[in-house]
Amino acid sequence: MSAPNRLIGSALERVEDLRLLRGRGQFVADINRPDQLHAAFLRSAVAHGMLRGVDAAEALSLDGVHAVLTARDLGSPMPLLPIRLQPLPELEPFCQPMLADEKVRYVGEPVAVVIADSSAIAEDALDLIAVDIDPLPAITNRDQAEAAGTLLFPEHGSNVSMRWNAVKGDADAAFEAADYTRRETFTVQRHAALFMEPRGFVAEWDTDAEKLSVWGAAKVAFANRKILAATMGLERDQIDMIEGDVGGSFGSRGEFYPEDFLIPFAARHLGRPVKWVEDRREHLMAANHARQIECDVEIAATRDGKILALRGTNWTDNGAYIRTNGSIAPRNAAQFMSGAYDIEHIRLTSYSLTTNKTPTGTYRGPGRFEPDFVRERLIDLMAKDLGLDPLDVRRRNLVPADKMPYPLATMTPFESVTSLDSGDNHALLDRCLAEFGWDEKVALQGQCIDGRYHGVSVGCFIEGGAAGPSEDARIVLESDGSFAVYLGSAGVGQGIETIMGQIAGDALGVPFERVRVHYGSTAYVAEGFGSFHSRSTVMGGSAIVLAAEALLEKLRPIAAAALGCALDAVVFDEEGARDADGKAVAFDALSDAPVSAEARFENKKYTYSYGSLAAHVAVDPKTGQVDVLDIASTKDVGRMINPATLNGQSVGSIVQGLGGTLLEEFVYDSEGQLLTGTLADYLLPTATDFPNIRSTVLELAPSPHNPLGAKGAGEGEIIPVGGVIANAVAQALAGFGVEPMALPLSPPNVWRMLQEAIP
Amino acid sequence: MKAAFEVNGESVEVDVEPRLSLADCLRDVLGLTGTHLGCEHGVCGACTVIVDGQAVRSCLTLAVQADGERITTVEGLSPEAGLSPLQAAFRKHHALQCGFCTPGMVTTAHALLSEEPDADADRVREVLSGNICRCTGYVPIVEAVLEARAAYRKMEGES
Repeated sequence: MSAPNRLIGSALERVEDLRLLRGRGQFVADINRPDQLHAAFLRSAVAHGMLRGVDAAEALSLDGVHAVLTARDLGSPMPLLPIRLQPLPELEPFCQPMLADEKVRYVGEPVAVVIADSSAIAEDALDLIAVDIDPLPAITNRDQAEAAGTLLFPEHGSNVSMRWNAVKGDADAAFEAADYTRRETFTVQRHAALFMEPRGFVAEWDTDAEKLSVWGAAKVAFANRKILAATMGLERDQIDMIEGDVGGSFGSRGEFYPEDFLIPFAARHLGRPVKWVEDRREHLMAANHARQIECDVEIAATRDGKILALRGTNWTDNGAYIRTNGSIAPRNAAQFMSGAYDIEHIRLTSYSLTTNKTPTGTYRGPGRFEPDFVRERLIDLMAKDLGLDPLDVRRRNLVPADKMPYPLATMTPFESVTSLDSGDNHALLDRCLAEFGWDEKVALQGQCIDGRYHGVSVGCFIEGGAAGPSEDARIVLESDGSFAVYLGSAGVGQGIETIMGQIAGDALGVPFERVRVHYGSTAYVAEGFGSFHSRSTVMGGSAIVLAAEALLEKLRPIAAAALGCALDAVVFDEEGARDADGKAVAFDALSDAPVSAEARFENKKYTYSYGSLAAHVAVDPKTGQVDVLDIASTKDVGRMINPATLNGQSVGSIVQGLGGTLLEEFVYDSEGQLLTGTLADYLLPTATDFPNIRSTVLELAPSPHNPLGAKGAGEGEIIPVGGVIANAVAQALAGFGVEPMALPLSPPNVWRMLQEAIP
Repeated sequence: MKAAFEVNGESVEVDVEPRLSLADCLRDVLGLTGTHLGCEHGVCGACTVIVDGQAVRSCLTLAVQADGERITTVEGLSPEAGLSPLQAAFRKHHALQCGFCTPGMVTTAHALLSEEPDADADRVREVLSGNICRCTGYVPIVEAVLEARAAYRKMEGES
């Protein structure tokens, strides 16, 4: 970088806030196009059945209805929702048709789209459509899926869609030689990202230019443009995906859903702009669910608590179809079962099961939250069995700094080898204990105070980030002397307009005010990969550093000519360029025309952030209520761009994790009906639930893999929450012998465990 | 059906279907898109507006029910330029990430502090518990509202 950095590391207030706080954000529902029509979706009310017919005659006769699209309108073959990440051919038979065709497989599956003058008329018309479905038995759990009495995809012959293996060393031999083994079955309930802004699109087809514009892009606009081009038979450059303000993703928003195809399709079909914004009930049954898993896992250790091996099997309930990133959670749940710990022998298998429920996808910390619950519970159970202090056991087994890079288990298929890069797990654990006040709080372990039992626990985690292959940035010196940064990353509410401005300002050596950041839309750069896998800051930020270097090199001869000096005599500062004698030329005087440079940051190695999280809970045995009295976390991210936005993500991530641990659950009945279809049934954390959350973010071990030294950090602290809280509850209720093996730890579930434990 | 009311200090008259919600009326008829719809069933609070001093869910209110009322939206709480003290406190404490729930948080907090400028942390949490935020974990929102109390005490002293 050309100047000592002043912006990176500063808790700058966000530029986004100025519009968002004044109600001037522009979210997709705020976009309107002249002459636009409105869409509404008819969704299956039956979980599993043969779709015999859709009669839309009455709906079509309603004043203001322009069209009712069903499977037959989409052409043959029916376009399918493709797999974006790890597109294994074995998974293709499980891809979702854009509209249900012949069969419906979950409640909420789109069957028809009504296009009308207003959304109210479109919704009125839904009631006039007659759908004929012959019900089939619904598969709603693992036993039914495995029994295969009913198959979602009979031609496949099984409800198991895929099997992944994570292997390292020789687990069976290690188990044979071990002093101690314990095998348990754990379950994590189905829940979801549930971002606050409902999904939506406005699509417009320009017949003359043969161009499609789609507002409402998020997360992975470039990948979705590719999918849309392929499914609509267009070239990529015929499509502009436009991102406005985006109300949260957490992995779920921005993935390609059937609606991502159907709204643009309808717009072209009718030759008029079409708008659709989902309602919350629709969201709860249509957007990706996540997390549901059953894990039968065994741990092997020496008598004095050195973990030797893990082996076992995971079954993820992937719902009715494999969607764009549906394979990530099952594969991650195997590879990341060892987490931050030094475990030499691993053999884990993950199966993904198809069931008659909403399809699943990634949710912040996918396939990381779940195995952390399993592993941290097994460590505490082992410590208890062996009469050891669980804290000592963690210290004993964490990957030490001098063992890095430390390889994780190798995954197949879609072989993936990865290593923990650089970090000091022990230092982070110690810092976490100090921040938390462990020594005082641990004295309360298992005590009953005013009718509530107290428990404390700590756990350690890793967070992978910086998925490749690359990110592009283009920086333009405008003729007014300002710099416009164009980026392939996407904004999902994490504040990248600000942090990318900080990175660009430092890389160019100019004040923050002189930089404007443009991102998200496909028109800005040639290629982009967006925001997932905690990658935006590392990948997009590094691309900015490279583009800034390239731009300054491009400006160097221009400046040398203006100053009449040698190339190597040119020095850039905040205002422009100067020579050794102090003669200066300002940026706005360097060139009459804009000067632009583009760069691509390529990366094949993941970054890993390391951290610990400690929790203090109090459990009311009469109600089963778990109160979280205090949480403190530490995390090393290598390099912090903006401490305020980073800590904000950490605290928010912890509270999301507490929602998934204590409150949130999608409940289905035996017929595959979703019983938690409103926010009054699906409980999210509110302001009164978890008042005491503290996070500490540190810069201990910069990443060796990028010019910023930064590590992905947007998912982070959600990962350990389930395991740590469950262990704290077990400590609190140790006198009753309660050992949680399932989430959520909701009042009825905790109360039930207590009833079963009390003789 | 006709309804006449005041929005952010301006008189408006609308002629709308009886079933149109106040939120849809504000957004689609009057162009005030700062009011957001997060659930449309009265749980998330993103659509909160102030009706005669009270924080109200505009998704559960019909536009025609607003007849004769004085309504304030997030736009009406925003100065011509820059931020109000409450908004500035939100920014300072990083009390928003995606910003979608934020207008409802600002209107709810404004209604609270206008009535109770001395509200303590528990009271602030209690009142904000009707508004869902998925990004921040609420900790910085509560800090922001507590800090903004000073500005409301000052306003109360001046009035």
